[in-house]
Amino acid sequence: MDPEVLRSYVPLYKEAFILTLETGWLGIAIAFAIGIVTAFIMHFRIPVLAKIASVYVELFRNTPLLVQLFFIYFALPKIGISIPARECGAIGLGLLGGSYMAEGIRSGLDAVGTLQEESALALGMSKRQMFMYVIFPEALSISVPGIVANVIFLLKETSVFSAISLMDLMFTAKDLIGLYYDTTEALVLLVVFYIIMLLPVSLLGSIVEKKARYRTLGV
Amino acid sequence: MGFEVLAKGNNALRLLSGLGVAMRISLISVAISIVVGIAIGVIVAGRHPAAFAVFRVYLEIVRIMPQLVLLFIVYFGTTKALGINLDAETASIIVFSFWGCAEMADLVRGALLGIPVIQYESAASLGMPPLMTYRYVIVPQILRRMIPLSINLITRMIKTTSLVMMIGIVEVLKVGQQIIEANRKSSPNAAFGIFATIFFLYFIACWPISRLAAYLEKKWEN
Repeated sequence: MDPEVLRSYVPLYKEAFILTLETGWLGIAIAFAIGIVTAFIMHFRIPVLAKIASVYVELFRNTPLLVQLFFIYFALPKIGISIPARECGAIGLGLLGGSYMAEGIRSGLDAVGTLQEESALALGMSKRQMFMYVIFPEALSISVPGIVANVIFLLKETSVFSAISLMDLMFTAKDLIGLYYDTTEALVLLVVFYIIMLLPVSLLGSIVEKKARYRTLGV
Repeated sequence: MGFEVLAKGNNALRLLSGLGVAMRISLISVAISIVVGIAIGVIVAGRHPAAFAVFRVYLEIVRIMPQLVLLFIVYFGTTKALGINLDAETASIIVFSFWGCAEMADLVRGALLGIPVIQYESAASLGMPPLMTYRYVIVPQILRRMIPLSINLITRMIKTTSLVMMIGIVEVLKVGQQIIEANRKSSPNAAFGIFATIFFLYFIACWPISRLAAYLEKKWEN
């Protein structure tokens, strides 16, 4: 391994890292928003919308992100919808993630017992208060392990962005291998940057999971 | 809308055989993962501290490294570092099994350690020898926990096989791109038809399997 080569590659990777991270977190934010709305619709069985929501969840949970991105990026322009690569990446990740988040949050909502609802109502809370202060916080802390796993999964999925010519970490690595054939250096930096991106999330995730577990147990 | 390309020549058949390649890679990897994963899981459940430490590191690597990065390392890295020329399909089976083994081993470990000691004690007090205890008491419980989760692993593997086109395997997405390129002039909208079809194909391949897993999980909940 040549330290000179490593040093010359780092700025390129840094740029790609920032792009990957920005697009990734934007996608995760979209996923969270879609997930909460979809979970509510499914939990309360709102007519018509609930059917659409479950079709959406099944469709996106059972297809790979790469195929979804190809569809959004290459197929939709043919029917007049063109979206630039970066937005495309964030939207694709958001749609995929939304379906996973929806399942996670819905199972949390379903797990909160009716006793909790009845107690809240007996205390004179309005329906809205009951939901905002009792049901939703409890459901969220039940779903935390699932949400953490989803965030890690989605950050890993960002690696396919290169397929729609987004210049992310994978794209940079492949490009450098093709150009200079310094395979070892390119791969080492690729791994290092993915560790920087995911290890903190993974460690933080374990801590948050533990905290959430105490909350649900009421310890 | 570009669906007419499917009817040309044997395009539809080619797409299906592309999906076949993806299925083959995932099924071979799942088979390897189940056999090797169970063995690793049983070893780790033995609570040997060194084995557990190694396993934790292995699990963390699988947890945080994207499969595509692992594919790049095995496919491009081994050629350079070891001088072995792996073909892309072998490389992807190695990566998928590496990932699957970790998941299976963790499932087995969790299931084994999740069975309360009282089960073993009750079996022993009924006069069952250890082999019989495992055969009639422990293993059936573990299987009920593991089967739905390993079926889930199959669908995730099928979905992840879409990545192998990035190391040059001609699977369904690559075949799709070739068809689009070849018909650029005659059907300019082929991209829509082809990618919509592939989207649907993956869904048809994965959805029934996920339903089955969900059904079994519910049925065996208690």
